[in-house]
Amino acid sequence: MPDLQQRVDELLESHDPETTPRAIFLGAQYDAGLAWVHFPEGLGGLGLSRGRQSEVDDRLEAVGAPRPDVARNAIGLGMAAPTMVAFGTPEMQQRYLRPLFACTEIWCQLFSEPGAGSDLAAVATRAVPDGDEWVVDGQKVWTSGAHNADFAILVARTDTSVPKHAGLTYFVLEMNVPGIEIRPLRQITGEAEFNEVFLSGVRIHDRNRVGAVGEGWKVATTTLNNERVAIGAGNEREAGQIGVVTQRWRRDPCVRTPGNHAELMQWWVETEVTRLAGERLRQGLEVGQPGPESSAMKLAFAQQAQQVSGFALELAPEEGLTYHDWSMVRPETGSLLGHGPGFRYLRAKGNSIEGGTSEIMRNIIAERVLGLPPEHRPDKGIAFKDVPR
Amino acid sequence: MTDLLYTDVEESLRSSVRSTLQRSLDEGLAARLYDEPDTDTSPIWQALAGQIGLAGLLVPESLGGVGAGPREAAVVLEELGRTVAPVPFLTSSVIATTALLTAGDEEHLPALAAGERTAALVLPWTARRGTWACVQGSVEPVAGALGADLLVVPTTGEGGVTSLRAYESGEVEVEAITSLDMTRPLARVTVRGEGVEIASGPTAEAAVDAALAAGAALLPSEQLGLAQWCLETTVEYAKTRVQFARPIGSFQAIKHRLADLYLLLVNTQAAARHAAGTLADDDPDQHVAQAVAQAFCGDAAVRAAEEALQLHGGIGMTWEHPVHTHLKRAKSDQLALGTPERHRADLAGLVDLPAS
Ligand SMILES: Cc1cc2nc3c(=O)[nH]c(=O)nc-3n(C[C@H](O)[C@H](O)[C@H](O)COP(=O)(O)OP(=O)(O)OC[C@H]3O[C@@H](n4cnc5c(N)ncnc54)[C@H](O)[C@@H]3O)c2cc1C
Repeated sequence: MPDLQQRVDELLESHDPETTPRAIFLGAQYDAGLAWVHFPEGLGGLGLSRGRQSEVDDRLEAVGAPRPDVARNAIGLGMAAPTMVAFGTPEMQQRYLRPLFACTEIWCQLFSEPGAGSDLAAVATRAVPDGDEWVVDGQKVWTSGAHNADFAILVARTDTSVPKHAGLTYFVLEMNVPGIEIRPLRQITGEAEFNEVFLSGVRIHDRNRVGAVGEGWKVATTTLNNERVAIGAGNEREAGQIGVVTQRWRRDPCVRTPGNHAELMQWWVETEVTRLAGERLRQGLEVGQPGPESSAMKLAFAQQAQQVSGFALELAPEEGLTYHDWSMVRPETGSLLGHGPGFRYLRAKGNSIEGGTSEIMRNIIAERVLGLPPEHRPDKGIAFKDVPR
Repeated sequence: MTDLLYTDVEESLRSSVRSTLQRSLDEGLAARLYDEPDTDTSPIWQALAGQIGLAGLLVPESLGGVGAGPREAAVVLEELGRTVAPVPFLTSSVIATTALLTAGDEEHLPALAAGERTAALVLPWTARRGTWACVQGSVEPVAGALGADLLVVPTTGEGGVTSLRAYESGEVEVEAITSLDMTRPLARVTVRGEGVEIASGPTAEAAVDAALAAGAALLPSEQLGLAQWCLETTVEYAKTRVQFARPIGSFQAIKHRLADLYLLLVNTQAAARHAAGTLADDDPDQHVAQAVAQAFCGDAAVRAAEEALQLHGGIGMTWEHPVHTHLKRAKSDQLALGTPERHRADLAGLVDLPAS
């Protein structure tokens, strides 16, 4: 068992956190196996339990070391990386994981389509084999950060003659190849954080296929379960929306009324308890992959972020009536906490939609965790091409 | 961060408690206690204390106990909560025992640890750390006092100093109160005699505070077990009860309610484990953890019992179905050792979020 603290010491000795540029520091952290301690050795990890990452992160945070830009590369760090470790070829793992962790390469997720949101297995974007390559045509939508991304994880249909889940294949796509058009989609906050992405005659080499042909659904499920942990997991006490509110409360006695206090304490307890549940889930995962249980965290996170961000407007009503800026920008990061309270309130509305809606999370819990009978599925057992759409 | 999972030792303790309860507790007993409050429940406690040593779980081996800790006690409470077992584990083996341990008692603990006698801390069942008042004369409602052999009473001694005193059951008057939860019946206790001093001054106060803190840290585990029983029982029912030619569990409205209940339980479990774990670790965060768990788990258990009742339909309203005994325990537990609202107020002080 390698001594984690000793490894962190060595990293800090060889790379002075104050003077080492971020990408170089993060690269060295990756090489030391301290990026994700639960990943295998050589892939930024040490094969330890997931829960022990905090021992590393707490130390690095305390000395002000450079940290990966989670807001900018959430999909890379939270979703592409674990999927790559579980299903990628050794070549892919060597090629992609290190720059991904150093955040010199940014990732996006080309899953949703106009006709396939909650029903993600209904994606219609086609990938047709052509020699060593695949030719991809279709339209993706709501793609966060596509305008900043270097790579994408992509789910496409490779067989329409089988039921929907069986005909999907999962790819890594370079975002600067010909045939990709990215158009901003403005959202409720005024910003264009996500995009429409049009794929026409886009060529992907077969070595960028992740998992077997027709097994894209299995790979995507791993991605989605990791996404839900990544979304649902706050680390520190008072992280997220509740932290914004408690800071305000301590700073500004004017917001303190008995009614507000009762509500504040209620949300404080709820978010704290969900933080603990996220921590418990992480401890329980050890080296394994997250399963459907992670949906509960995502559900709780969305509910609380929405309620608390709404409460923040009521706490300071005069301020709540204002907005920082309506001009359309294409942001560099997908920050949920930036700008003013109005932005936070509006952006939080997406928390119960992005990464699977709260209704879908409840279906997953009911069926896959509690084992209740499944929904009626009219497309079950029917070839994708024969399903009425 | 404290360990929020269960160890193998805890899991094997859980299965011994569960199988002993299965053998010694018949399903109808909880409901029967409402009609026949004098039913002798001591064989259940004797089985748990004698076969598994639960009475001395928190007592060090040098005093005849098992020398385990709050994490193990929490697992025991989960199992007792599932069955709303009418045993004095929480009141005697956790709360009164912690008071005696903190007070440095060596005289009474061996008999308690051996399961030969039981004890109760004489304070209102709503008392919480830092806010209780010494007993003068009569006090109610007290939990665990009916049938207790030893009553541990914080009183005011000479010069206004707190004195923690031990009374034999013959020295006090204990009158039963018809309780919302007859599986943990309450009593009015009137103290007349002198008793024997166990500790005085700051030691006595610390002993009572520690006892109430232990109660606040571990009652949430009882609430967790109770709520888990409610969810599991309701999920099973929803899979089998057919209406409109479908199991009711295939209706999305029902599925979503049960999914929300599952989420509530995931949270309840984390809060309860955190409170037990931080107490076991003597973590500086333990009082925050207790306030959080008490503020959350009490409401959660009530909601679980209420949902269980509703989703069972008419059968849930019947005396025959055990859900009512769980609802009565859940609602009583929510008020015990400080309501969620009071714990939120305590918490505000602990985390620097002043009310005004
Ligand atoms: C801010 C934001 C960022 C996003 N980023 C990305 C991204 O980067 N990449 C990407 O691929 N996608 C992204 N998405 C898309 C997101 O995953 C989808 O919006 C989401 O899965 C829901 O699909 P939909 O919008 O088609 O809604 P629909 O599926 O049409 O749902 C509409 C309503 O019907 C409900 N519903 C649907 N099916 C059921 C059912 N079986 N039972 C009960 N209710 C049901 C839904 O819960 C919802 O309330 C993003 C979305 C948002 C809001």
